[in-house]
Amino acid sequence: MSQLSYPVSSDTTPRPTTASLSIGAWTSRNLFAGPVHIALTIAIAILAFYAAKFLADWAFLDATWVGGRRSDCTGGGACWAFVVNRFGQFVYGFYPPPQRWRVDLVMAALAGGIAALLLPWTPRKRLIAVTMLTASPLVDFWLLRGGLLGLAPVETDRWGGLMLTLVVGVTGVVGSFPLGIVLALGRRSELPAIRLMSAAFIELWRGVPLVTVLFMATVMLPFFLPHGVRFNELALALIGITVFAGAFLAEVIRGGLQAVPRGQYEAASALGLGYWQTTAMIVLPQALEKVIPGIVNNAIALFKDTTLVMIVGLFDILNIAAAGAADPLWLGSNAEGYVFVGLVFWLICFGLSRYSQAVERRLNADQRR
Amino acid sequence: MTDVSAGPGRDWRPVRRLLLGLGYQAAAVAAVAALLAYFALNAAENLATRGLHLGFGFLSQEAGFRIGFSIIDFTEADSYGRAFLVGLVNTLLAVAISIVLATALGFAIGIARLSTNWPLSRLALGYVELVRNLPLLLHLLFWYNVALRALPPVRQSLSLGGLAFLNNRGILLPRPVLEADLAGAPWSFLAWAAIAVFVWVWNKRRQAVTGEAFPAAMVIFLLVSGTALLLLASGLASLTWELPVLRGFDFTGGLRLTPELAALIFALTVYNASFIAELVRGSILAVDQGQTEAAKALGLGRGRILRLVVIPQALRVLIPPLSNQYLHLLKASSLATAIGYPDLVNVFTGTVLNQTGRAIEIVLITMLVYLTLSAVVALATNVYNRLAAIVEN
Repeated sequence: MSQLSYPVSSDTTPRPTTASLSIGAWTSRNLFAGPVHIALTIAIAILAFYAAKFLADWAFLDATWVGGRRSDCTGGGACWAFVVNRFGQFVYGFYPPPQRWRVDLVMAALAGGIAALLLPWTPRKRLIAVTMLTASPLVDFWLLRGGLLGLAPVETDRWGGLMLTLVVGVTGVVGSFPLGIVLALGRRSELPAIRLMSAAFIELWRGVPLVTVLFMATVMLPFFLPHGVRFNELALALIGITVFAGAFLAEVIRGGLQAVPRGQYEAASALGLGYWQTTAMIVLPQALEKVIPGIVNNAIALFKDTTLVMIVGLFDILNIAAAGAADPLWLGSNAEGYVFVGLVFWLICFGLSRYSQAVERRLNADQRR
Repeated sequence: MTDVSAGPGRDWRPVRRLLLGLGYQAAAVAAVAALLAYFALNAAENLATRGLHLGFGFLSQEAGFRIGFSIIDFTEADSYGRAFLVGLVNTLLAVAISIVLATALGFAIGIARLSTNWPLSRLALGYVELVRNLPLLLHLLFWYNVALRALPPVRQSLSLGGLAFLNNRGILLPRPVLEADLAGAPWSFLAWAAIAVFVWVWNKRRQAVTGEAFPAAMVIFLLVSGTALLLLASGLASLTWELPVLRGFDFTGGLRLTPELAALIFALTVYNASFIAELVRGSILAVDQGQTEAAKALGLGRGRILRLVVIPQALRVLIPPLSNQYLHLLKASSLATAIGYPDLVNVFTGTVLNQTGRAIEIVLITMLVYLTLSAVVALATNVYNRLAAIVEN
């Protein structure tokens, strides 16, 4: 295997252009170079054909889209009726239907904000970013939770589905930002006590699984909070996730801080700037820009990890799917639920990772001369 | 740090900076201490009102529950401490198997990504992009609730040549039964270790002096396997395979992977392999093309170029991130609790915590165990990393 697939011989060095190759030459080089390659190509083609056929049959040709219970699905393929029926729950959890416009509003604002940040040509990006990290979470929370200025309150135990997944993910990303920056600066500090405490804090959270962090937040933390104060499960889980994500983000930002050239510090010092001014105006902006790909990767990992809140009993989109498939009406609909949830996660994560690769290329393009 | 504007007299700024630094540190330490004290006071009050007190005496109390799957014996009469141990051993078992399988699969896919065969490299790319953009928990639930459930019931088990069986209650494999007179085992092991070290050191020296390579690994392998064969042939030891057999409603004998363990291993393997594949690909691409060309110019063949030139250099790039991936796998094994595989979190932070209510002690012990395990994995890979580092004269 290694012999045939490993690019050792010189004819396998990256080819500068594929355009210069004719279709025939490309085919003979990439598909049929020798008997082993021919066998491999044919085997994979057969495998791909049957996989595609199975998927097409299951997901489309034999699938059932309409129905009120599992037994209505008689096509033999996927029972999409389950997802269609439960779509509201998948997206909004148990949020009361008349109030769902509030969730829609928040999601639209979030999507718009993220799109504006991701597109390279948006003006006033820094203003948008600052708003999204400060004011908009508060407004969003007010919109979702209500109870003020005439909005009907919706208790957090009714939150669920994609909406809860996004709440957990966005809170984790936004909340971990200030924490990560403070920890990263602390770890790079010249003051030994601060450096030591930051390093210990970071390594503590990085060394334990998120599952135990969530247990810590929901089971152990209440013991350490004032007696008689009832904290809700979601708030406790969010604290756990934010601290956990902050520790990981701190290491990403530390990498960026280390990549800022010494000359920048010296120049700032020569201008008479103090530590805080140097950090806020010269060093941090450069460091953060350098590690955008790392931050995005971190956000992807965090977003996938939000599914773990199901272990402490919250109904994120994955748990809603699992709970729906346990309903006697829809017993055995696990596959359909997982495929739908998988599609949502895949589209978001794949999109973000493509974006981070594009940023990397753009940053590298600056470096090339 | 002389400054023209400072004028005559002593420059006080370093002193001022020192004092300021000390002040900041004292303030930070005081703030952290105050927070911890606040937590401790709250905890003391909360414990007092619930009539609890901290302590680890509960570990020796009788557990009174069963554990579905364990390597070491466990009955209801055993203690909570033993239940902790069962969970820990179960976690380590799943992690060890998954690390081996994920590494093997990851290498295969990483190398396939670099293949000149276009369909093969696309297939590997498709695998990586599909798998790593889905949450691990989704993989786990999929294997447990969809893939393994789709297997036939016990009576209609899929048989792999009558040696292994697949059904919806688990995977049954032949179990190796090694019978040997183990009285001399520790001594012979020591003797073998001594010979191995001797051959290795002697070879290093000889190679340093003469430049001739001695196939030390091959010789040690031949010696060990030869001895094993000799022992088996002479009747001092015997190796037999116990096959799983269908008796009545279920299989007896053989090695049984429960669906929970199988799902956990599949999920951890499939998910982590996609990341390892990318690490492997990156590390191989990081080896300078000139190295391959130089080795070719020296007349080395493909296999030797790969084994002696490319892989050793790729490993140096690979080991630190691979170590991170192993750490990730170790921590991710705690997701086992979602499907009820009795790992450390499920048994200890789940069942034992629910029964005893000792949240503080149990969560602290669990976190400490994972911290220790993480440190051990990091240390082991660091040691290997140092051994594999380039020795420059």
